[in-house]
Amino acid sequence: MAEQKKIKNLKEFSKSVDRFEGSNLLCPGCAHSIIVREVLNATNDDLVLSAATGCLEVSTAVYPYTSWDASWIHIGFENATTAVAGAEAMYKALKRKGRLLQPDRPPKFVAFAGDGATYDIGFQWLSGTFERGHDVMHVTLDNEVYANTGGQSSSSTPIGSSTTTAPAGRVSYGEKRVKKDMMSIMAAHGAPYVAQVAPNKWKDMIKKIQHGFAVEGPVYINAMSACTTEWRFDVADTIAVSDLATDSLVFPLYEIIDGETWNITYRPKNVIPVRDYLAAQGRFKHLFKPENEYLIDEWQQRIDKEWVRLQRMEENSPR
Amino acid sequence: MTEKMELKSVEVWDGNLAAAHSLRQAQVDVVSAYPITPSTPIVENYAKFLANGYVEGEYMMVESEHAAMSGCIGASAAGGRVATATSSQGFALMVETLYQASGMRLPIVLHVVNRAMAAPLNVNGDHSDMYLGRDSGWIQLDSFRQQEAYDLGLMAFKIGEDHGVRLPVMVHQDGFISSHTAQNIFPLSDEVAYSFLGDHQPFNAMLDFEKPATYGAQTEENWHFEHKAQQHHDLMTKVFSKVEEVFAEYEKISGRKYRIVEDFMMEDAEVAIIAMGTTVNSARLAAKIIREKEGIKAGVVGIRLLRPFPFEQIKEVLKDVKAIGTLDRSSPNGTVGMLHNEISGVVIENEKVPAMKNYIYGLGGRDITIQMLQDIFKELDVSAKAGKRVGPIQKFINVRGPELSFLGK
Repeated sequence: MAEQKKIKNLKEFSKSVDRFEGSNLLCPGCAHSIIVREVLNATNDDLVLSAATGCLEVSTAVYPYTSWDASWIHIGFENATTAVAGAEAMYKALKRKGRLLQPDRPPKFVAFAGDGATYDIGFQWLSGTFERGHDVMHVTLDNEVYANTGGQSSSSTPIGSSTTTAPAGRVSYGEKRVKKDMMSIMAAHGAPYVAQVAPNKWKDMIKKIQHGFAVEGPVYINAMSACTTEWRFDVADTIAVSDLATDSLVFPLYEIIDGETWNITYRPKNVIPVRDYLAAQGRFKHLFKPENEYLIDEWQQRIDKEWVRLQRMEENSPR
Repeated sequence: MTEKMELKSVEVWDGNLAAAHSLRQAQVDVVSAYPITPSTPIVENYAKFLANGYVEGEYMMVESEHAAMSGCIGASAAGGRVATATSSQGFALMVETLYQASGMRLPIVLHVVNRAMAAPLNVNGDHSDMYLGRDSGWIQLDSFRQQEAYDLGLMAFKIGEDHGVRLPVMVHQDGFISSHTAQNIFPLSDEVAYSFLGDHQPFNAMLDFEKPATYGAQTEENWHFEHKAQQHHDLMTKVFSKVEEVFAEYEKISGRKYRIVEDFMMEDAEVAIIAMGTTVNSARLAAKIIREKEGIKAGVVGIRLLRPFPFEQIKEVLKDVKAIGTLDRSSPNGTVGMLHNEISGVVIENEKVPAMKNYIYGLGGRDITIQMLQDIFKELDVSAKAGKRVGPIQKFINVRGPELSFLGK
């Protein structure tokens, strides 16, 4: 059984050993670095990491520098999950053959990928790796847009968001499609653990990451990553916007165990209107024009319906 | 523990089975693969070895060739022996990752069972896929027959995994003609083959937690050029001597002699065919016949090592020849064939510049006969006697319709 870190408060957290250095090129206020630190700090075990092409990758391994004090590989945009799956296969092979360099140090294998590299271009590689049952964790840094390349729509981009490939204009309200439900898709792979996390709820997140590290097999973590650049909010407001997302239930926090047991892990005491979440971000600004206001109502109805569905899934779970 | 396989001194194997046995004897740590005709039996045979306890590595049966090479890259960077196999469309799907594998200096071995590229769809052998890989930064070894797919398959690990080289290696063989046709093969014993290679010696392994490594960093205009220059430098200066060293070592245990440029009857040759794959053997037979029948001083140059390209060795072999036919088994799609370009670049450095003709043949598995190769020698002889090229530069062989030729008419 792997050793689990015990971190009681944020002060302790800030002092914990950091295998992801603060010296990187991410935007001020970027949630990626918060999430990555929280994931890596959930274990004392050695790490084998990969990153898909994207904000995290281009900001943390610019030759001759690296922000990673752990083994790390970037191949391409689509294949970060397969990269750690290959490394995990090598670990198993060398273990069987007695050729591991440090046989008493079983590592954790973690892939980081944006929503583009997960929901879109990397979907097949992710699915294949989960079907094969590798003992790896895939963490999606879900900022709902191709942020690294200037804000194009991905299949995680929510309806009504203005992006550079689906801009709001005189006759368009921006993105026309709702966000893809990756959580259900990954649960349908029969993965032992699937969870949605947000950096503002860091205790919930660490618990889930540690659960993910403790189980055998592929683990999917969908991490909301508020993007100050593309969501358009002040760099100081990352956690405030994240709070609006979790408290309006736009980004509900829950987990799915073995594809069948659904647990809601955060129930806001005061659920705030979706309108407040949308109003905090420039990408939804145009929705507040009179001709688009109906979309805000539709948003609220959709989120309400989804919350009912999640509760029903939880109630109907085998206990 | 792995079961040893008792092999006879002579086995009857096709090229795919021969390649699969080379993977088994190398005790590859991770094979990450996706099946595609005509290379499929390599991974099928490997799976059978695994199912019967003859290998104990990991076998990732992935969902595409792109994922196959992606898995190989992750596994190789983790620190162990890695191999896979593919052909044609699968090779094309891998291309992105081929550059990533070589750029990260990962010594993966890839068996490429050469096949035509669609459209139109065709499962038979030509060299379109091999040519597609030639700028990818890999070492490319070419076998002309089944035995060589086995021998080069073993030697590829020793060349690529050398810490001075650290580059991935392709081993090519012709689809169906080599891959699906059985011949007598003289294998090494499992013990001799494995002790020739030894255990994989990791270099900057991701699984060495005392020394974490960052693989696949970003470089822009400030450093990208230097990385590419370093890789080219190593291909140009470190690989030839290593390949020769491994060929010599392998000769000691197998009795089989390999050379980077396989020249045949070139000592006094006035006309020469330059070719790759199984056609090299056919051309050798045609050269013998045409020497006996017509007294034409014919020779053959087989390119054993396509990348890095053995410029100096070829220059030496061709220094006295009067006319050369370059045989390209891939549609050049708008220019002369690749071999024609490469060889032209070599021979203009010689004092005597020969007449150069380019023959496009065998696309999609179309036959090339001994008679056709004799006809090429006869055509070359006309140019040799005239002291200059006679007739067009480029000619298509054995294709329907009136004679198809281009350039220099």
